[in-house]
Amino acid sequence: MNGSGQPSKRSSPALDGDGRARSGPPVAEAIDVSKRYGPTVALDQARISVHSGETHALVGRNGAGKSTLVSILTGLQAPDTGQIRFAGADAPRLSDRDAWRQRVACVYQKSTIIPELTVAENLLLNRYDRGRGGLINWRALRQRARDLLAVWSVDVDVDSRAGDLSVEQRQFVEIARALSFGARFIVLDEPTAQLDAAAIARLFDHILDLQQQGVTFLFISHHLQEIYEICDMVTVYRDARHIVTAPVAELPRNDLVAAMTGEAAALQAARARNGPVGPAEVVLDVSDLRLAGGYEDVSFRVRSGEIIGLAGAGGSGRTAVAESIVGLRTPDTGTVTVGGRRPRPGDVNAALAAGVGFVPQDRHHQGLVPGMSIADNATLTIPERLGRAGFLSTQRRDTIAGRLIDDLAIKTPGPDLQVSGLSGGNQQKVVMARALANDPHVLVLITPTAGVDVRSKEFLLSKVDEVADTGTGVLVASDELDDLRICDRVLVMFQGRIVAEMPSGWRDHDLVAAMEGLTVDA
Amino acid sequence: MPETMTTANAATAGAAVAAGPPPGRRVGKLAIARLRDFALVPAIVLIAIVGQIINPVFLQPDNLINIAQTMSEIALLVLAQTIVLVTGKMDLSLESTFGLAPGVAAWMTVAVGAGHGTGLLSGAWAIPITLLVGALIGIANAALIVRFGLHGFIVTLGMLIVLRGLLTGISGGQTFFNLPESMMYLGTAVWFGVPASIWICVALFAAGIILLGYTGFGRSLYAIGGNADAAKAAGIRTDRVLWAALIIASVLAALGGLMLSGRLASVAASQGNGAIFTVFAAAVIGGVSLNGGKGTMFGAFTGILLLFMIQNVLTLAGVPAQWIGALNGAIILIALVVSRITGGKAHE
Repeated sequence: MNGSGQPSKRSSPALDGDGRARSGPPVAEAIDVSKRYGPTVALDQARISVHSGETHALVGRNGAGKSTLVSILTGLQAPDTGQIRFAGADAPRLSDRDAWRQRVACVYQKSTIIPELTVAENLLLNRYDRGRGGLINWRALRQRARDLLAVWSVDVDVDSRAGDLSVEQRQFVEIARALSFGARFIVLDEPTAQLDAAAIARLFDHILDLQQQGVTFLFISHHLQEIYEICDMVTVYRDARHIVTAPVAELPRNDLVAAMTGEAAALQAARARNGPVGPAEVVLDVSDLRLAGGYEDVSFRVRSGEIIGLAGAGGSGRTAVAESIVGLRTPDTGTVTVGGRRPRPGDVNAALAAGVGFVPQDRHHQGLVPGMSIADNATLTIPERLGRAGFLSTQRRDTIAGRLIDDLAIKTPGPDLQVSGLSGGNQQKVVMARALANDPHVLVLITPTAGVDVRSKEFLLSKVDEVADTGTGVLVASDELDDLRICDRVLVMFQGRIVAEMPSGWRDHDLVAAMEGLTVDA
Repeated sequence: MPETMTTANAATAGAAVAAGPPPGRRVGKLAIARLRDFALVPAIVLIAIVGQIINPVFLQPDNLINIAQTMSEIALLVLAQTIVLVTGKMDLSLESTFGLAPGVAAWMTVAVGAGHGTGLLSGAWAIPITLLVGALIGIANAALIVRFGLHGFIVTLGMLIVLRGLLTGISGGQTFFNLPESMMYLGTAVWFGVPASIWICVALFAAGIILLGYTGFGRSLYAIGGNADAAKAAGIRTDRVLWAALIIASVLAALGGLMLSGRLASVAASQGNGAIFTVFAAAVIGGVSLNGGKGTMFGAFTGILLLFMIQNVLTLAGVPAQWIGALNGAIILIALVVSRITGGKAHE
């Protein structure tokens, strides 16, 4: 994390006394809002005011009260005390959904589109064009949807199935839908969590465009770098309280992290790892791997105790390679050798048995069973260690789970809690715990810190470091620079091929350029 | 090459229905999307040809009317089930409603002395009572599923058993005969040379296609089945829509039962027993997803039509009645596999 406190790229509007631009009442304002859930205080006299035309960042660690504030600001819940104002006027009643929709909209992490319906229908759901006899006029509806997307320059075919859209397109569609209700204040809840670098750049361009058309954003993100890139103001919450609001340019990175964590802690400096000293056995040998439409000519070796990064933008094939190693995909040709054994390609069980531990790309889809306990989730991969002849010993399970919980500092009252009750950072730790449960020789991590807070991220990465020190070979497939910084060397993939290899100590610019294919001589 | 021809026709028909002048590149995708509705049409044509080869009686008007009439009552159950399935729920109790609703009507109107009739009301009440019983069952289902948030599968399974038991109770396990004139009408009347039940069935499916495809209510069924939270966020009163869907489905089932009772001039204690399996099979073969949010009324109609045509062909081929059940089950499984292959996606 170099380049701390990089100033905002855009010119700052005229500032008044407390360094804030004034142009009429704030677009949205929360005044001394408190909210309790039983004994838990989710918000304690919290406030925020977002002014017209700015992009306002809301940051805080998991559990700081961001989600609660968003649900109160978007009218999904009423505050216990305090009030919400839009453009100086009181917020509408909670039951008046239309009035809320005209004032504020939120693009949630969780999709609010209906996958089986077309883009056009999703945009105008429940606002149909009627033809004769009150029946829906599909042609007019499609035309209106097309016009709507054109106005906000979203390039998506309105006739395509919404479920076929990429995450990025889906977000654009959701933003366009929000704007179509008349809202000019939009909350983006971790919009970049599932996007690759190129898509993030496009999203940011789009945000800047819309900002010039008078749209105001409240931007929630765990990636502090992004806040420095596109936000004007930043508000920090910690432990349900408002800590500070300041122009981004005046809050250097270290101060921001200190405000979030409550301690004057700088982000870990990049450590220069040098890999295992002396000769070490090769634990993972990937040779001439090829998958049509995914990647080709992929060969590399991971030695015991080594951390190898597999960098690349979305669609570069990095995820496909990692998934092929763990057996989620079947390569067309080539071999994967794990600790001298060759697990059957495309067989997750065989890969696990050969000693592979695995953190999948998306914890919500492939990582966790939300309704099951932490103990069950963490030991999902090792039923054979929990008892004989197919019977599971709950006692042994809880012992193992307890050890993993301690080991990974998962914040929970006990191993029996459902994982759906954990924060994002702790859920990801459970996924990591599961990957480590079978004491793997090879650990394959795909975007292991997506959507987790700064502290959990640091913790998870230092854990990876620790695991490598015990002799495990680690492969990190990610486009997140923080993930890659812990690697001894980084292999960069572009359009399905490994195009560059960078030893530890690379510069951000060079790696990003390589991931975008800029070092390739075409 | 009848199959390819049908496909081509379907493609042009689909594009024409879809949109007037869509930009060039969209036509292909749209036509394919519409084509899924017609996925079973080639199979139906194929069965018709096979049937004609096996027995020339098959394509005779009398036989076709016979097929249409025997399927018309069950088809209403498919129609009802499709409405419920699209919302992501399911209603197993439809088959019992199918028997109980006309059963109650018969019990109230059939004169004392003939079986278990009570003769409490005049025959004119039979149809209103049938539909009313259907509506009440729908309300009970909706109350348990929507109001109390119980799982639809278990609720309607319990309801299936309770309703079947009620019919057995009021009928003493026997069959109601000597039905009033009004109950017989729909099952026996002939309009323009074709039995009334066929007209009703076709008309209701046409209404169903319009309802699901072209009304706000119909689209909200898809929205709820696809993503209930998103539907709520779009201002759809999801609870109200689910109530309506479950009640409409039960009333349709009652109407279907009434048509069958009329045709058979009786209400057996077992009327509709086991029909729900055929209903589910027809809907799924027709492309309706058990997870909700997906499928069309036309697809469901082709599903039930295909099943009944195959049954008819088997009968015409002289397959012994004892083997029809096993063959039916096998055909359903084969049809599922075929629709999985042609549809390209897993049934969820």
